[in-house]
Amino acid sequence: MLNVHLILFLAFGAVCVAGAVNLLAQTHPINSALSLIAVMAALAGEYLLLGAEFVAAVQVIVYAGAIMVLFVFVIMLLNAGVEEHTQGSRVAILFGIPGVLLGSILVAWVVLQHSGTESVPAGALKGDPVTIGQLLFHQFLLPFEITSVLILIAIMGAVVLASKPPTSPATAPARKVD
Amino acid sequence: MKDAFASLADWFFAEPIRIYLLASVIKSAVVLFVLLTAVAYTVWLERKVVGHMQNRWGPTRVGPFGLLQPAADGIKFLFKEDLTPPHVYKPLFLAAPLIAVIFALTSIAVIPFGNSFTIRGYIIPLQITDVNTGLLLILGVTSIGVYGVALAGWSSNNKYSLLGGLRASAQMVSYEISLGLSLVGVLIKSGSFSLRDIVNSQTGHFWGFIPHWNIFTGQFIGFFCYLMAAYAETNRIPFDLPEAETELVAGYHTEYSAMKFAMFFMAEYANMITVACLATLMFFGGWNGPLFGPQILHVVLPIFWFAAKIVAFLFLYIWVRGTLPRFRYDQLMAFGWKFLLPLALVNLIATAIAVAW
Repeated sequence: MLNVHLILFLAFGAVCVAGAVNLLAQTHPINSALSLIAVMAALAGEYLLLGAEFVAAVQVIVYAGAIMVLFVFVIMLLNAGVEEHTQGSRVAILFGIPGVLLGSILVAWVVLQHSGTESVPAGALKGDPVTIGQLLFHQFLLPFEITSVLILIAIMGAVVLASKPPTSPATAPARKVD
Repeated sequence: MKDAFASLADWFFAEPIRIYLLASVIKSAVVLFVLLTAVAYTVWLERKVVGHMQNRWGPTRVGPFGLLQPAADGIKFLFKEDLTPPHVYKPLFLAAPLIAVIFALTSIAVIPFGNSFTIRGYIIPLQITDVNTGLLLILGVTSIGVYGVALAGWSSNNKYSLLGGLRASAQMVSYEISLGLSLVGVLIKSGSFSLRDIVNSQTGHFWGFIPHWNIFTGQFIGFFCYLMAAYAETNRIPFDLPEAETELVAGYHTEYSAMKFAMFFMAEYANMITVACLATLMFFGGWNGPLFGPQILHVVLPIFWFAAKIVAFLFLYIWVRGTLPRFRYDQLMAFGWKFLLPLALVNLIATAIAVAW
């Protein structure tokens, strides 16, 4: 049973990494967006392997089903064309790659410091909707509500930025008469 | 010979995993066959019913009452020339109908269509798989199905197709929120995402004759919201803006021909059936209905009640199609965001208060 889990874990992980690499390699925005959907779906598979069915379902509904649809929608609406690959900037080579390496090492070090030698078996943590609901609405109620207010503020900001300043008929530019 | 067969059966039934595998394969095959047949005959039903509503006969030539018309249509689609216009973006043009039809057929896997029965001590539920987040899985799969329509519109490289694809994705994302919220009332009452639990929470009667279905126990507004959102999600009249033939030729599937076109058609009707299944399970008590007669009828009758309710819903779909005109696009968006969404929220809050009381 453990072997099946391991094989599935590696398969989903491979899809995830392949999708992420493809996302960077593709020149057309819509192909990149579709690769990102593959990454999201593979991540949902990983959650499912952990026994977190609810998180997996939410991952698919929210990320793959709603947010990425909007991405694709915007790409379609703007009819974005093929982009050119740059030859790579000096800043990326000098700072970016060492920075990413350093960050990864730091994260790995912190995670390994805090985890014991034993690994938790798959499905040992409860991830059912009831448990998550209890945690969200009791123990983590304040952070949860603050996050929702934060998102609301972000939406309002987007609306303000996107809306045109109101123009009264008197100040509106007169139509050109041919 | 008979002994050999019996011993083979004994050997086979010794391991539960074999029973499980065999049952799953048989159930998947049967359900898929029934679903595809139902899709074909829903098309027939629609042509027939709309025909009669418009004082026509509908299909009559192929077989009695035109009953073999779906087979004739299928053969025609298979043998027609499959054109790929030169200006399309080929990989996505080919993938789009596949995405649409695969995800439309997938969601049937978690739909329970009857009670369970017992063979040699093993309980076999009448459902391909009973996952405890079944409802979320259906919502997730249907939300991925949008890509089929959106990508078909974009990859066709045709302004009418693109407009159809854009309309479809905007409409489906907008109405998905109302669709999800309209179901939350039922979830609060049943306390489970499992469709089997939701149906089991609706057994029993008031005063011995009014069934305990959610529609009769305070979820009428929820059902109304669900029905409206479901029409929009399946791109049916009066919300068929994505393929409005008087404005967009045929919308997102303008450039498709032969079997690829048929796949979009199948996806639309399979989605209709899924939506009808979900309405039956969530609001109309699933397979609950009067049970009588010998033991075998107790397995068969629930399936019959379930199928009858679904046919009633499909008839309603067709009836609406034969009756209503199409919305304007701004009316569609205003209805979805300014009326349906607040109504679904009110229903959610009212249900929460009623349950907490």
